[in-house]
Amino acid sequence: MSFVRTYCILFILSCWQWVFPQSPQDTIYQLPDVEVVANRYKEVIPSQKLTGKELELLSSHSVADAVRYFSGVQIKDYGGVGGLKTVDIRSMGTNHMGVFYDGIQLGNAQNGQIDLGKFSLDNLEEISLYNGQKSEIFQPAKDFGSAGTIYLRTRKPSFKENKKTNMRGFFRTGSFDLVNPSVLWEQKLSESVSLSLNAEYIYSSGKYKFRYRKVFQDGSVAWDTTATRHNGDIKALRLESGLNGFIRDGSWNLKAYYYDSERGIPGAIVNNVWQRSQRQWDRNFFTQGSFRKQLLPQYDIQVNMKYARDYMHYLNPDTTLMYIDNVFIQQEIYASVANKYAVFSTWDVALSVDYQWNTLDADLQDFVYPERNTLLVALATAFEWKRFKGQASILGTYVFEDVSRKDYGQEASSSSGKPENKQEYTPAVFLSYQPFSQYNLNLRAFYKNIFRMPTFNDLYYTDIGNVALRPEYTRQYNLGFQYVTSFHRRFFKGINFSADAYYNEVTDKIIAVPKGNGQYRWMMMNLGYVEIRGIDVTGRMHGTLPYDIGWQVSVSYTYQKAQDFSDPSDNDPEAGTYGGQIAYIPWHSGSVIARFMYKKWDLNYSFIYVGERYHNSSNILQNHEQPWYTHDLTIGRSFVWNKTAGRLSAEVNNIFDQQYDVVLNYPMPGRNYKLILKVEL
Amino acid sequence: MKRKKIDLLLYVVFILSLFSCREDIIVFIPEQVEVSIPEYTSIQGFYLLNEGNMGSNKSTLDYYDYTTGVYSRNIFGAANPTVPKEMGDVGNDIKIYGSKLYAVINCSDKVEVMDASTAVRLGQIDIPNCRYIRFHKGYAYVTSYAGPVRLNPEYEQLGYVAKVDTTTFEVLEECLVGFQPDELEIVNNKIYVANSGGYMFPNYENTVSVIDIDSFREIRRIEVAINLHRLRADRYGNLWVSSRGNYYRIPSRLYQIDTKEDRLVDSLDIAVSNFHLDGDSLYIYSTEWSYISMSNEITYGIVDVAKKEVVTRNFITDGTDRNIRIPYGIMVNPITKDIYVTDAKNYVSPGTLYCFDKEGKQKWNVRTGDIPAHFVFLGELKE
Repeated sequence: MSFVRTYCILFILSCWQWVFPQSPQDTIYQLPDVEVVANRYKEVIPSQKLTGKELELLSSHSVADAVRYFSGVQIKDYGGVGGLKTVDIRSMGTNHMGVFYDGIQLGNAQNGQIDLGKFSLDNLEEISLYNGQKSEIFQPAKDFGSAGTIYLRTRKPSFKENKKTNMRGFFRTGSFDLVNPSVLWEQKLSESVSLSLNAEYIYSSGKYKFRYRKVFQDGSVAWDTTATRHNGDIKALRLESGLNGFIRDGSWNLKAYYYDSERGIPGAIVNNVWQRSQRQWDRNFFTQGSFRKQLLPQYDIQVNMKYARDYMHYLNPDTTLMYIDNVFIQQEIYASVANKYAVFSTWDVALSVDYQWNTLDADLQDFVYPERNTLLVALATAFEWKRFKGQASILGTYVFEDVSRKDYGQEASSSSGKPENKQEYTPAVFLSYQPFSQYNLNLRAFYKNIFRMPTFNDLYYTDIGNVALRPEYTRQYNLGFQYVTSFHRRFFKGINFSADAYYNEVTDKIIAVPKGNGQYRWMMMNLGYVEIRGIDVTGRMHGTLPYDIGWQVSVSYTYQKAQDFSDPSDNDPEAGTYGGQIAYIPWHSGSVIARFMYKKWDLNYSFIYVGERYHNSSNILQNHEQPWYTHDLTIGRSFVWNKTAGRLSAEVNNIFDQQYDVVLNYPMPGRNYKLILKVEL
Repeated sequence: MKRKKIDLLLYVVFILSLFSCREDIIVFIPEQVEVSIPEYTSIQGFYLLNEGNMGSNKSTLDYYDYTTGVYSRNIFGAANPTVPKEMGDVGNDIKIYGSKLYAVINCSDKVEVMDASTAVRLGQIDIPNCRYIRFHKGYAYVTSYAGPVRLNPEYEQLGYVAKVDTTTFEVLEECLVGFQPDELEIVNNKIYVANSGGYMFPNYENTVSVIDIDSFREIRRIEVAINLHRLRADRYGNLWVSSRGNYYRIPSRLYQIDTKEDRLVDSLDIAVSNFHLDGDSLYIYSTEWSYISMSNEITYGIVDVAKKEVVTRNFITDGTDRNIRIPYGIMVNPITKDIYVTDAKNYVSPGTLYCFDKEGKQKWNVRTGDIPAHFVFLGELKE
């Protein structure tokens, strides 16, 4: 096995220094509860962020609901509390989005999609979104490996004065028969070590009324039907525990995560079929640890490890259709070592080496039990020169795939055999420049070339899988600026404005093409080609109104022209897919979040707009999807009662009761309510 | 200062103008395209049923009027503006019997019954997972995959043929057949059903069920080949049966059953995805995936059912067959001998209907709905 040898050599090279005894040099004195190994550089291109209070006030059930407020992001939402929600950044497809939970990527080698509806906001402190990659070179090689990344960071314990224990409880209830309690317990074990335990349970019947209607040309009603969404129920338990510690010039943490759920899959609403019965059970477990330390004044190291096991059981008990009862088990082992060396005070170089092992076990007929070994090596550098900042990185990815296939004596073909091993080298460059020292105006640009591997489903799924698939590539070019300023005016204190224009290409896009005869037969092929031209604009302002009412407003706007150039022969000017806007990508979308604070009260208003779209790259009237927009309002008041701090808040979502589909035939909930009680000890 | 405020207002107005509002959705008005010159025979026109991709609820009905040469796209909504969610999900078969038009809508678990000349809805027949329809003496016979289930020791689910009263639209009786039955044909008071076993990969079914129509009982099984799909009776009392093969080593093939003796008599080494019988000519196309070229291999041909031999391997003679990516539906006008072939393209965007004259030269083509598939003529098929 040559990859083992390659891996060993690189592993040893990259971590030779940490076998040395600890450096005697004492550089920075230790501050408890503060990240010691901080990044010296300001970010080359800052992220879009939602943090603490903002997240708490935003009416959202899950991470997916919160991410909708970022510019450049489109969510595919199949509706309801338990419905699948996936994220697509700058129209490159969900598979290109990396999602990191407390610093380590969440994987899904089976279908490459992370259902952000499954991740609770309960214990999150920050969600940040980066186009390209995080502006940081001291990170695992995997962090260089996606076209866009979302980082989810859970709350880290911090203790006031002499407190040794923090307790926090939430109880949320409301529409869809929601019952959602959670508790958090944080304990200071010593000056440098703390423990946290977090548990959350969620139940919802997922029932809501939805309405479809059509009118005649004169506006009179042709048909108007209201029904209840069924089989969207969910029961889920999430348990999380963490240990956080500080050492001299460094920190470490360990964490374990367990999620157990049962849900109904509500399915498409079609003529004569208004209810479905498919169900899904998930049990996700992972444990991960990370360690970082400054070994020498110029040299930092971090080590990350993870083991994950995901169990998924899918059942179609509807015997009028094909009966399906399948179990899928994925496992992942991940280890990473990252090193950073400061050559000068303004020039850093970093080398990271990651290794990952993935398997998929399924009780499917003729399943091939794939096993994937991936080695990632990233070499990166960051520098500053006057008002000029830059980062460059190159990522080498080596994928070794193995399958165990039953031998039917058939000749090797792309439906049998195993994929070839892959070696890919992909660069990224990030630059920023501040033209005037007296103004906080930064011009920025980046280029990134990256790919996503075909998933296990793309390669091996019964009948549609194609082992000859190549990686799907994206190429991104971005140019933009950010301007931050503050005013000495009470009403209007400051503004943070940014705008970016970009051009992306998705080449060798993996798409399903008809295979032989009959519409239930498909084959995955590298045949798609998409060009995306877009503009992202964000603005944040804040100030104070009369009567000491604080205000804060965030606005985002996205324009995207995402054209499907996959099939030059389908070029009918009216209905052809060639050059058409790709499915579900609106030309215009945006959001507004406005927050007002007055003494113990706060009010949060949020608005989301998704413009007209088509559900197919053939942009004809039959495929047209109406724009949708929802207004949400949250009002809350904090209180102190017998040394107990708390907060009570009420949400009204989709105030105007708009009846809409994000995905064709998947109706979304109308007006709904939520009541939230938070108690802190 | 005032000027600034006006500027600001203009900016706001400009930005808001980018955002369009939600509007009421209007019942779809059929799109009419004049594709050809009028033609006067006893056939007034034909319906084309578009399947629509599963889950899209986009099965639509198109109509071509020979008397005007106008092709009307998506007529069901306008003919039935008060029907919620229109035709339904995945149209699988269409036939006319008497004055009624029957569309089998597979994933909407129903047969939609309409007036044959106006496409106005008369009612529906509820049959889960219904597939194909034929008629005999006032009754409709519909195949369905959704028979009783046996889970142990292995999952098994027989299909059935439903007998339906064509005046009340009620299912009167069900007759169990093989696994996942597809097309059926009625000859000599017997119903022949092609059993596919499509849900049982890799253990496909390999028989044709024979039902005695009077007792409505399955009287025998004829072993043919795996994964049977289509059946067509010729005027010599023979049934032509297509096998899909297993998509890997066993190719698709055409078989012949003698209905007098109910036995397999012959087979032709020709792949068949779909066919249409006109007189003695069985027009065939086949789309088979090749794992060597990693593409679909498309072939056309005509079999003479009297001589039992392949007459030609190409009935499109002007090279337009190169434009057809996934042939999906096929029909021949029995009077003019014009040939109609549909292209389902990528299954999710609109397809194309091609019309060829009897020499195989393209006369016209027109955009259809998604996955144009099943045809039925309106009018007398004889001059």
